[in-house]
Formats: sequence, C-alpha cells, structure tokens
Amino acid sequence: MSQQEKQWRPVCNVEDLINDSGVCVLINEDTEDEQQIALFCIGENKLFAVSNYDPFGKANVLYRGIVGSLGGRYVVASPLYKQHFDLESGQCTEDESVSIEAYDVRVNGNSVEMCW
Amino acid sequence: MSISQHIVVVGNGMVGNHFVEEVVKLRESTDTRITVICGEPNLAYDRVHLSEFFGGKTAADLAMITQEQYDEWNVEVLTSTLATNIDTESKTVTTNTDKTISYDHLVMATGSYAFVPPIPGHEQPHCLVYRTLEDLVDIQESASQSKVGVVVGGGLLGLEAANALQNLGLQTHVVEFAPQLMGVQLDEAGGRVLRSKIEELGVQVHTGCATQIIEAGETCRYRMNFADGRYLETDMILFSAGIRPYDQLGRDAEMAVGERGGIAIDASCKTSAPDVYAIGECAALNNFCYGLVAPGYSMAKVAARHILQTDIENAEFAGADMSTKLKLLGVEVGSIGDAHGKTEGALAYIYENQPEGVYKKIVISEDKTTLLGAVLVGDTSEYDTLLQYMLNSIALEDSPEALILPMADNKPGLGADALPETAVICSCHNVTKGDIISSIDEGACSVGDVKTCTKAATGCGGCAALLKSVVDADLEGRGVEVSKDICEHFAYSRQELYDIIKVNEIRTFEGLLESHGKGELGCEICKPAVGSILASVWNDYVLEPVHIPLQDTNDTYLANMQKDGTYSVVPRIPGGEITPEKLIVIGEVAKKYNLYTKITGGQRIDLFGARIDQLPGIWEELIAAGMETGHAYGKSLRTVKSCVGKTWCRYGVQDSVGMAIFLENRYKGLRAPHKIKFAVSGCTRECAEAQSKDIGVIAVDNGWNLYVCGNGGMKPRHGDLFATDLDDETLVKYIDRVLMFYVKTADRLQRTSVWMDNLEGGLDYLKEVVIEDSLGFGETLESQMDNVVETYQCEWKTTIGNPDSMKRFRQFVNSKKTDTNIQFVDERGQIRPATEAEKLSEIDIKEVQ
Ligand code: SRM
Ligand SMILES: Cc1cc2nc3c(=O)[nH]c(=O)nc-3n(C[C@H](O)[C@H](O)[C@H](O)COP(=O)(O)OP(=O)(O)OC[C@H]3O[C@@H](n4cnc5c(N)ncnc54)[C@H](O)[C@@H]3O)c2cc1C
Ligand code: SF4
Ligand code: FES
Repeated sequence: MSQQEKQWRPVCNVEDLINDSGVCVLINEDTEDEQQIALFCIGENKLFAVSNYDPFGKANVLYRGIVGSLGGRYVVASPLYKQHFDLESGQCTEDESVSIEAYDVRVNGNSVEMCW
Repeated sequence: MSISQHIVVVGNGMVGNHFVEEVVKLRESTDTRITVICGEPNLAYDRVHLSEFFGGKTAADLAMITQEQYDEWNVEVLTSTLATNIDTESKTVTTNTDKTISYDHLVMATGSYAFVPPIPGHEQPHCLVYRTLEDLVDIQESASQSKVGVVVGGGLLGLEAANALQNLGLQTHVVEFAPQLMGVQLDEAGGRVLRSKIEELGVQVHTGCATQIIEAGETCRYRMNFADGRYLETDMILFSAGIRPYDQLGRDAEMAVGERGGIAIDASCKTSAPDVYAIGECAALNNFCYGLVAPGYSMAKVAARHILQTDIENAEFAGADMSTKLKLLGVEVGSIGDAHGKTEGALAYIYENQPEGVYKKIVISEDKTTLLGAVLVGDTSEYDTLLQYMLNSIALEDSPEALILPMADNKPGLGADALPETAVICSCHNVTKGDIISSIDEGACSVGDVKTCTKAATGCGGCAALLKSVVDADLEGRGVEVSKDICEHFAYSRQELYDIIKVNEIRTFEGLLESHGKGELGCEICKPAVGSILASVWNDYVLEPVHIPLQDTNDTYLANMQKDGTYSVVPRIPGGEITPEKLIVIGEVAKKYNLYTKITGGQRIDLFGARIDQLPGIWEELIAAGMETGHAYGKSLRTVKSCVGKTWCRYGVQDSVGMAIFLENRYKGLRAPHKIKFAVSGCTRECAEAQSKDIGVIAVDNGWNLYVCGNGGMKPRHGDLFATDLDDETLVKYIDRVLMFYVKTADRLQRTSVWMDNLEGGLDYLKEVVIEDSLGFGETLESQMDNVVETYQCEWKTTIGNPDSMKRFRQFVNSKKTDTNIQFVDERGQIRPATEAEKLSEIDIKEVQ
C-alpha cells in the first residue's frame, strides 16, 4: 500500500463512536492512499475497523450496516444487499472468495487509534 | 449400477430436460456422458406456462435449465440443431449440421408440433401456430398489426390461444369444426355452458364450421369461407387444431409407430429399435400419445432407470390419468376420468345453475360404489376431492350427488386423513401422499421443505392447497409445530414477540434478548423486527438512541438507500394533492441540491441522489415549507392514492380526494409488519386502483365500499370486498380495527395479502372479528389506533431539532470531505449514478462538491 511504516495513529475521539453501530473515518486524507474505514463499537469497548467499501454493491456504505452476531462471530450486514462480513477478519460469510481489509484498532485515553 | 456410456437425447423440451435431470441424479459418475440435440434456439422452457409470455414473462423467466447448469453437469448440448437421421445398426445420429454422433442409448424426446389443416391459403403471413416461444414472438408482432384475430380449434389449447389474443387487444373469434367446445374433456352440456360464459367475455364462438379457403378480405386482411356459405373476416389466424407427434425420424429408421402416429413404446419406454427409447409427446403407448407434461415426466423417470439399470423394479409406465383442471378466459373448467360416461352401465348426476353459469356432472359405476368421471364448468372447487375419489377408488357414500350439490350439508370434504398413502397428490411430479410422509420422516418440516424434497407443487401448482393440507395434517399428527422462529436469536414468531413485549412491558432490544433470546447481539433480521414492534407497541420516536442500532439503514437515516449509497427523499403528498407553491418548493430544493426528480407510482415525487450529509439540509428546507416525511423508508403507511372524484369528475359520487387525504393523515406513521398502501376511488370505474391495495375504498351512491388485503407487487392479489355502503365513521372504524389487528398478528414482512391468505378462517373470520366484534376487543383496537394518531410526529422534524441525531448524517467523523466514489453523469437533463466503467473513464463525470 504505502511506503510508510505501520504504526498506531489516532483517527477520531471516543465520543465520535456510536454504541452497537458504525461510523466512518477517512485515513491518509488527500494522499494517493486515501481510504474510508468503517469503525464499529460493540458493547462498551469492543472496537473493530474494516474497509468501508462494499465489494458487492460497489459503494462506500458498510458503516451504515447493522452489526450483529452470527454463530458466535461479530458481523456487519451490508445495507445494500445484506452480505455479512466478519468484523475481525473481514471475511464475507456468504462468499469464501471475498474478504475486505480489516485493521487493528484500540482506545488510547480519549483517542481511537488504528494501526496501518 | 452405472456403466460408462454415452446417452444421446434428441429434443430438449420439458420431457427431454427432465430425463437429463433424472440421469444426472441417478448416475454414479460422469462416465455416463450425455449429449442433447436441441432443435430450438432456447434450452428447455416451461411450455405449460407459455402463455405467461404475454403477461410479461421473458424467455429467461420461463427457462427450466441454464447452459451453466448443463456445463456443470458435463452435459453437452447442441442448440438450433436438428437430428436428421438415425442409423440403428451403427448406432449413430446425424444432424443437419453434418455431425454424426454415436450412442450407446438413444432417447427420442421430440414432442409434437401443431397440426395445420391443409386449407388453401394457410401458408400466408399472419397465419400462425401456438407452440413455441418463437411462435409467440411472431404472434405478438402480428397482433400489433391486427384488429381481429381468429383461432381455429376450440379445444383446450385453442381457448388458451383465444385468451392470449383477447389480452393482446384483438377482437377474438374461435372457429370449431365440431359442434361443441373442448369435445375431448367436456360433454355437450358442459361445452354449452362454457360457450355461453366465453361469449359473455366478448369472444365469439362459431361451432360446426369447416373452413374451406382463406382468401383476401374486404374489411380485414383475410376472409375465411366456411363450407355452409358463412364467412368471417380477420387480420390474423392461429391454428390450434390439434397436435401431431414428431415421429418422422423414427419412421425413417423403421421403428414401429402407433395407429394414430407416435413412436410405439412398451412399459419400459423402449421402442422397437435396440437401445432406443421414446418419451413424452412423441411416444405412443398402446396407440395412445399423452399430450400432457405429467405422463411425459413419468416416462422420463422410467427410461432413465432402465438405461442406467438402477431401481428398475417399479420403473414402469402403465399409462396416466388425463384429468385436467384449468382456468380458460377466467372460466374454471375441470374434467376427470370418464367425463363422457362411456363405461358400460355408467350413471350420471347432473347439476346446472344457468343464472350463474355453473355446470357439474359426476359419472359413477352401475353399482353406485365408485366415481368414474366428472365434468365441472364455472366452479371447480370440488375438483380435488372428486379426483381423489376417482384415482383411489374411494367408496362412495349414499347420495353421491352431495358431492356436487351446492347446499348439501353432508358434503364430504375428504380431509387429508381420508386419503390412502398411494393417493397421488401432485400429478405433475407424480408425488403420492406416501412420498410426502417419507420426506417428513426424513426431516422435512414445512411445506417449503417438502416442495424442495419431492418437487410437489412445483409444476402447474394446482395441487398446492392439497399439498399444504396433507403436510399440515401429518405434522399435526406428529405433534410437530411448524417452526416460525424468526432467526437464530429468537425461537419465536413475530406475533409471539409482539405479545411478549407487550405483556412483559419490555422496552429495549437488550431487555428482550436477555429474557427471551439467545446469543450476544442479534442480527439484521431480529433487530429491525423488534425495532418495529417496539415502535408500534410504544409508539416511540424511532431515532431514540436505544433504537438506533435496531433500525435497518433506511429507518436509521430516514431515507431509502440507492445503489450508489446515496438516498432518496420523498415528502408526503397526501392523496396526491399538492399546491403549486409546494410543487415549486420541491422543484427549488431539487434544483439547489441537484437531485434527480421523478413522479412515483404512488402519486408523489421522489428526489434521488442525496448524499447522507445533504439529507438534513434538504429536509430542513422542505419542512420549513410545510412538508413532512412520506415514510418511503418505513414499514408503515406509504400513500393513499386517489382519483379526482366527485369534485371534478362527471361520474364521481363521493369526494375521494378528501377521503384519501383524511385517511393518509390518520394512518401516517403507523409502524407495521410491512408497508401498507391505500387508495380511494370516487366511483366504481376505479381509477385509483383501490382493489390492488391493502386497504381499498370505492365510493358508491350510499357511501363507501371497503376492500381489504389487496396487493400489487410480486404476487398481485385483488382485495376482498369487506363491507358495503359504509358511512365515513364506520369506514374509519373498520379500517382502524383491520389495521391494528394486522399489526398485532402478522408475521415479519408479511403484507396484508399474505396475512389474509394465512389467516385461519380467512375473510369470514376477519369480518367476525371486525364487524361483529366476536373477540370483544374492537374498541381496544380503535383506542390503540387513536393513541398512534395522537402521538404521531414527523421523524424528520424531530431529527432536525436534535443536534445529537444530526451527528449521524456525516460521511466521516474526522473529515469534512464527501464520498468521492459518488459520481453522476447527465441523462435527459438530469443526473444519474455513473457506471463503474464511466467512473474509470472519467469523461463528463460530475463529482459532487
Ligand atoms: C419509487 C417507486 C418506483 C417509482 O419510481 O415509481 C418505488 C421504489 C421502490 N420500491 Fe416499490 N416503488 C414504488 C411504487 C410501488 C408500487 C405501486 C404503488 O404503490 O401503487 C408497488 C406495487 C403495489 C404494492 O406494493 O402492492 C411497489 C412494489 C414494491 C415491492 C413489492 C411488494 C410486494 O408486496 O410484492 C417492493 C419490495 C418490498 O417491499 O419488499 C418494493 C420496493 C421498492 C424499493 C424500496 C426497493 C429498495 O429497497 O430500494 C424502491 C425504493 C424507492 C426509493 O428509494 O424511494 N416496491 N412499489 C414507487 C414509490 C411509490 C411511493 O410514492 O411511495
Ligand atoms: C400453450 C400450451 C399450453 C399447455 N398447457 C399444458 C398444461 O396446462 N398441462 C399440461 O400437462 N400440458 C400442457 N401443455 C402440453 C405440454 O407443454 C407438453 O405435453 C410438453 O411440453 C411435452 O414435452 P415434450 O418434451 O414431450 O415435447 P416438447 O416440449 O414439444 O419438446 C420437444 C422438443 O424437441 C424438439 N425437436 C423435435 N424434433 C427434433 C429433432 N429432429 N431434432 C432436435 N430437436 C427436435 C422440438 O423442437 C422441441 O423443442 C401445453 C402446451 C402448450 C403449447
Ligand atoms: S420495480 Fe420497484 S424495486 Fe424494482 S427497480 Fe423499479 S423501483 Fe426498484
Ligand atoms: S399437480 Fe401440477 S404441480 Fe402438482
């Protein structure tokens, strides 16, 4: 992707998150590597970050999907055509050959940090 | 046992294809190779439902198989290719493309062709037949240049063709050589009743007419001259004078044929040539060709088993029942077994109701113990019962006439329990009651499962009701309750969840999941379902923070998401009435935000292409101008369509627009299992199409007629007439009760039409509950509705007033940028989403700034 080294970087504040739902952040803004990331917060403190781009619907919408649990895995259902993506691995549960990028994410003080 | 071998199938009609499916199912390895020679350009399609092509079905809709499926099965198929010669000694088939193919086994499934009587002039343009998809395309083309059409032949197919011509808008005639219609299936009296019903529908019937010549016409394209000196002018002619088996290939190869044609076969479907089988309409068993699909399917099964040497003990085709039930030009017709009473000593009971055009006859054995046949015209409700009596030789009770008399109290209903295990429930796929029970033994636990396992009810569909009663009776007998669990998190139906929430006063999803569910979070099925129940029980504002994670994206963002991730904006326009001022506001907002505007099918205006971050601004402007949300996103009231009514229209008898606006304002915002649509028409001409709506109101001289549970969409259903001559107050009272009862008892995503079809006791029961208040909660339902009406709020207004909710309408929480993947191009002076290719080419694309 980029030449820069992988490291933890802040992306937004804890207040920006919505419990049991998603928001979207833009990373590498205004560079060639600009990316939309869907951030989900489940319960009080379980955070997940995956690419916001729905490869089936070809639109940047995943953060607007419903989060849930299916057979013990945390998933988001795309709001367009309802495919599920495992929030931990980015794997689509309906189609083995499709997965989206998943990122490490954590809270540090008041700041939400992602590793890329 | 499976042998490495090559099977060649000539003909890829319904039966030829079924044969391939059977072989694929039974063969043990792909060493059993199959090659199909398919004469038509299309692979097998559903000829039985061919006429639906005129109703808008495409070749793809009718297809029974795809090339991909054949590829996957390793079946080679040559389309638009005819077999022209068979050499039974060298065991090869030659095609018109000069291919020679060797076979180990050959299966003839060439079907039949439409017979065209050799009347001089029959070979001209616009003289057509009704057999293949290509024929139908020709007919459509010819009809578009014609005003009058004639069908030659008044049999079953001829009448189906006449129906098609009439639907294509032609003035339609049927010309039949015999003295009556459908002479094969009906007796003379039945034919007469059918004729008068069909003539009432505007199709003219001419019986006893022998056409002698087709020549140039005076008022139309052609004139048909009949033997008795009469003539008829017409622009097009459809021949439906019977079918003939395609047996020439067999004759050329010196195979034995039946007396009236057809390749002769024995009970294992073998022809007289070694290793050659014939199945379907081209085959003749004991000199008889079967012109229906079900016997063809049976033959396909038999032949497949013999060729693969699998399971051959019971693989025998011993003939088939030719009983039929169908609807011709909207008239129900049924014919069972010995309809003409040809069996020696046979006796008949006849019932005729001339005013209503109903004719019924049963034919019974001399000793009055068994039913031999029946004719039903105008009402076939007893068909299933009679057929089971005949097929299973069920002993008749005294006074067998009770079987067809309308008011008989002792009418035998023949419940599923009364049927023997050998009773054939689905004749298209030859599925017996025993087969159904074994599929349940093997784990099927719903009608859907049984359908998948046995294929029952997936042919003509005529057995669906009987199938359901057999399945339900059997499941009930086992003490099984049909699973209605909505998902893995809740072992309850929507209705049960509704009661649980209400009785236990549960107000949050988490609360419900903890007390009555399993799993940690729920999913996209149970969350919105529970969200909607919470909203309709407690009538809360849907964007309360606790409800947000429950909503489908459309409910969360109060707008429908489009394919590119943008949204549509639909302000409410009650009854379709709008002032010029409001129209101008809509226009200005659309212009300012560069939105695509379209008049919807629901009499209002949809603005498309709004980015998520633009939604609040757009709604702020609309609300400031006095508009409110149209709930186009919600499972709630959509529109109340109206016609202009008495105020302007010279026929109108009530103020339909006024009533529509009143109703729309009363029920807007009501959350329901699915969306709800209304319409109000000002007179019985019904310009508002009220009978296709969940709630339909039609003005009459003395007030309003109420129709309920209509549906357009995927499976249209006309509304049922619920009550007549209502005053305004009673109308509203009934609608309150019907809707509230629906909200409380329907399943998730069940429209009123499906709810009604599944409601035990149906329309009568609903009438009892609503009109007679048989359950004693009519007033409760009304007061609950009043409560919904009182607590209504425009969700967009509430949202805009609340900075916290507004925070949700951002693409990024950490940037002011907008989504650069949303791109539009110009089309007809407005925007539309750019395609992926256009995005890559970057020509003429407007990025939204
Ligand atoms: C905009 C409109 C088409 C148009 O350009 O005219 C439309 C558009 C959609 N219809 Fe419709 N339907 C529209 C009138 C209709 C009608 C005609 C009518 O209402 O008189 C019908 C048939 C009548 C009926 O419902 O009985 C209709 C039957 C459907 C169905 C099938 C429902 C069924 O019971 O089979 C769906 C799918 C569903 O709801 O599950 C559907 C779903 C949809 C969805 C929501 C599909 C989707 O998920 O994106 C479309 C979203 C529109 C949007 O973004 O606003 N739409 N749809 C019409 C909006 C009317 C309005 O003002 O609210
Ligand atoms: C309008 C209509 C409505 C009907 N309604 C009903 C109904 O309600 N119920 C019912 O049971 N039946 C109905 N039928 C009859 C039913 O469609 C037939 O019984 C069934 O399709 C027969 O299947 P088949 O495979 O034997 O023949 P077909 O479906 O006729 O298939 C034979 C195929 O073989 C091809 N072929 C012929 N010769 C050659 C050759 N030499 N080389 C290669 N290919 C060749 C033909 O082009 C054709 O595609 C209806 C038929 C029509 C036309
Ligand atoms: S019919 Fe309705 S759902 Fe289908 S494309 Fe048109 S608007 Fe969309
Ligand atoms: S009888 Fe035709 S589908 Fe069952």
